[in-house]
Amino acid sequence: MTYIVKPKLHHPSLPKNGLGFTRRDYEGRISTLCAGCGHDSISAAIIQACWELSIQPHRLAKISGIGCSSKTPDYFLSQSHGFNSVHGRMPSVLTGANLANRDLIYLGVSGDGDSASIGLGQFAHSIRRGVNMSYIVENNGVYGLTKGQFSATSDKGSKSKKGIENTESGIDLVALALQLGATYVGRSFSGDKDQLVPLIKGALSHHGPAFLDVISPCVAFNNHAGSTKSFDYVREHNEAVNRLDVILGRTPITTEYKAGELREVTQHDGSVLRLRKLSEDYDPTNRIAAANYLQERHAEGEIVTGLLYVDPEATDLHDRLGTTTTPLNQLGGGTLTPGAEALAKINAGLR
Amino acid sequence: MPDTLTQASSAKPAGLAAVNDFVVKFANVNGSGSASANGLFAKSIIRMGVPVAARNIFPSNIQGLPTWYEVRVSGAGHLGRRGGVDLAVPLNPQTWDDDVKEISPGGYLFYDSTKPLPASKFRDDIHIIGVPLTAICNEAYKIPRERQLFKNICYVGALSWLINIDPAVVEQLLKEEFASKPKLIPANLAAFNLGRDWAKANLKPIGLQLQHSDAVGDRIFVEGNAAAALGAVYGGATVCAWYPITPSTSLAEAFTGYCEDFRTAEDGAKNYAIVQGEDEIASIGIVVGAGWNGARAFTCTSGPGISLMNEFIGLSYFAEIPAVIFDVQRGGPSTGMPTRTQQSDILLAAYASHGDTKHVLLLPSDPGECFTMGAQAFDLSDRLQSTVFVMLDLDIGMQEWLCEPFKWDDRKQLDRGKVLTAEQLEAGTFFGRYTDVDGDGIPFRTYPGTHPDKGAFFTRGTSRNRMAGYSEKGIDYQDNMERLLKKFHTAASLVPGPILRPASKKTRIGAIYFGSTTPAMHEALEALEAAGHHIDAMRVRAFPFSQDVYDFIHAHDEVCVVEQNRDAQLRSLLMIEGGIDASHLTSILHYDGTPITARFLFDAIGKRLDARKATRQITEKGPRQ
Repeated sequence: MTYIVKPKLHHPSLPKNGLGFTRRDYEGRISTLCAGCGHDSISAAIIQACWELSIQPHRLAKISGIGCSSKTPDYFLSQSHGFNSVHGRMPSVLTGANLANRDLIYLGVSGDGDSASIGLGQFAHSIRRGVNMSYIVENNGVYGLTKGQFSATSDKGSKSKKGIENTESGIDLVALALQLGATYVGRSFSGDKDQLVPLIKGALSHHGPAFLDVISPCVAFNNHAGSTKSFDYVREHNEAVNRLDVILGRTPITTEYKAGELREVTQHDGSVLRLRKLSEDYDPTNRIAAANYLQERHAEGEIVTGLLYVDPEATDLHDRLGTTTTPLNQLGGGTLTPGAEALAKINAGLR
Repeated sequence: MPDTLTQASSAKPAGLAAVNDFVVKFANVNGSGSASANGLFAKSIIRMGVPVAARNIFPSNIQGLPTWYEVRVSGAGHLGRRGGVDLAVPLNPQTWDDDVKEISPGGYLFYDSTKPLPASKFRDDIHIIGVPLTAICNEAYKIPRERQLFKNICYVGALSWLINIDPAVVEQLLKEEFASKPKLIPANLAAFNLGRDWAKANLKPIGLQLQHSDAVGDRIFVEGNAAAALGAVYGGATVCAWYPITPSTSLAEAFTGYCEDFRTAEDGAKNYAIVQGEDEIASIGIVVGAGWNGARAFTCTSGPGISLMNEFIGLSYFAEIPAVIFDVQRGGPSTGMPTRTQQSDILLAAYASHGDTKHVLLLPSDPGECFTMGAQAFDLSDRLQSTVFVMLDLDIGMQEWLCEPFKWDDRKQLDRGKVLTAEQLEAGTFFGRYTDVDGDGIPFRTYPGTHPDKGAFFTRGTSRNRMAGYSEKGIDYQDNMERLLKKFHTAASLVPGPILRPASKKTRIGAIYFGSTTPAMHEALEALEAAGHHIDAMRVRAFPFSQDVYDFIHAHDEVCVVEQNRDAQLRSLLMIEGGIDASHLTSILHYDGTPITARFLFDAIGKRLDARKATRQITEKGPRQ
């Protein structure tokens, strides 16, 4: 469908956000992924989240690696600069971009092959480095563009379309992200937009490394009986710990909740994460408890989703480096070049 | 040059005699604290106004393995390695035999005579100078560490008497060195005098002598890595991502130091960001990401790092993203040879990555050029929107060289290349990311976040048309590749041109050389000229080569290409890019890991030219048709 140019006509009654933009203003080119691909649902969720947050599209940079998931940044936010970079290396490119201009919002889009196989190192180090980003893995457990090989997030025992059983252990990126110091960690399902959109909004408004593992069934190669990443399997085993609302600024709570049912987490920038508890004792600000809970439920065959961990006092790489508040790419020669006089002193010290 | 002193005879030859012209080689144990004493030795000679070329030859080791420090004293100003040793100071029993073997007949052996050594450990044709360094220091110092450290300064003291180093100069240097720890000044001075006084009482000065001179002028003594790092500061680099690898590590460390001094605001805010990556791939990824987003960024590495970075280097070429890479070249993979010098990444860097790629290389010949090219690399990479390599080697990068003071013109502006601003976009300036609007192959770009609804584009390796739209059409791919080639031709006119060093007489023989070979080459050319070999020499300073380089080759019957690698990589590059016939270019190669010497070059080029003359005589005497 690449030959079809997407019409730009807007229906006059489409709702507008605070910037006067409709959802259509956040769209991109027509997707070239397979019809029914979970990734397209995630793109739609990103569009919805950015629209709801009234993000200026040009102030967001979308960066990806290589693979089906990494093609998607072309399919949303056409007014944002995008970078389809190197397989498994989105995290380093995003880190560099972030260092160059700390004022933009950085959305990293990756897949399970891109992040858990070839790019596991960069995934790990960008998170432990504390890069301020929203890192989304569109996780389908297979290599789509090369037609159905297992990826490193495939569960042991999961069957391929050809009936071959995966004998290698699956990597749980959420467990790793928690251990590595991600300060906002969530898991969701491409088939649950109500859960996913607020999780993306929370990630985009979080200051620090935010990681989202979004299970996104591959309709072409991994949506059959015996797969643990199929629509049916994920629906059956999905155990959400909470439901999230992201509120920018103070707005009154309009719905009535039972005591203890609602948990509010105010982030550093004043945004409020309002969580409706689904699991009685789940505390999303306790990293160790979160990690334990995930392990226990995983052993029971459940896929735990929701906002799993958030540190409202998180810092980022720039805070740690002590970088100036002016974006580095805007510093001029006067600030950057010490000049001839300083050089004369350096020369004197080298004689 | 001919070494007339190497004609050994059975009788002990007279001691070598020279003023301000000799080679001293120290052999030490790594980690024994000798480096600062040896540095003091070299610097005190420079302070006497006598040019010095000092080279530290060190192992892949922190403590225990052998290390050498070679000081070439040259009143005439020759800064390359000469070859040969006139005065050896072997203080490492492990390497004694080899160190003694290296001394020129008539030369001097200075050693610690505390423990007697059998006569078989010496040579008859050299002059032996024993100083009981250990005994002197054991008597003067109680603490073992002090005995070791001060022994180093003590031998400098003894040598100062033997070769006439001015003690006032040493005292002044020690005062400067320990300005922040003044207690150490008298302690070091005492150790220096301990050795000097012993030598004065027991020994006569040797034939190798120093005299005050004014041949150093206002030159500075600095490592190429530090100079390149300073170049990066002056070139406006704000992002540095790197991974430790010998011999490039000190470049990133020097950049860190200079940024702390010159890029930190009064409130402590840093106008720079330095990240130690988890590997070279992440380091270049960070550089490419920062370059894409409009910051000047670089990484520094060595050959193995370039191997790892290949995929990103290709992306930088195809996606047209500025990146600067300092490649401090060295020998071989793994450990060992990597602490030795080579020029062996030329082809690797020139054609790095998959697909049809070519990259700009700058070839500095001393720390002074490391500074200027280090700064210029950022202008070039922004202008060309591509990777620019600055090709140092261990010899330039990690050794202190005497070079002209750094210069900077305050009127100079950073050239950020073709970048459209929000105002230009708002005014309706045409923007086609991959459209050649000026005929130089270089398109305009925009930084992310510039304008709300104009100038955004999606960056890909290839598969795009002139407007950055997705395209898998062959014609679009080819159109783009042709433009990239045109851009590379433009690069040839922007990079530093070659420098010609014509012979004093008209000649059909030429020589091409580059980088750290330069000082040894200049010395060899002088000696060859004196021996009747007239050679026009050209120092190439960058790739792509300008037409001047090809014209030079065509203007000569035979051109020697001098390089410090096995495979004649620069020669290959000349042949490939210039269509030069292989028979036109003669390789002169030196690649054992030690810096090339003037004596090697004199012999190798001299032999080649002698053979050529002989062949020509035979040909010319043959029957005429």
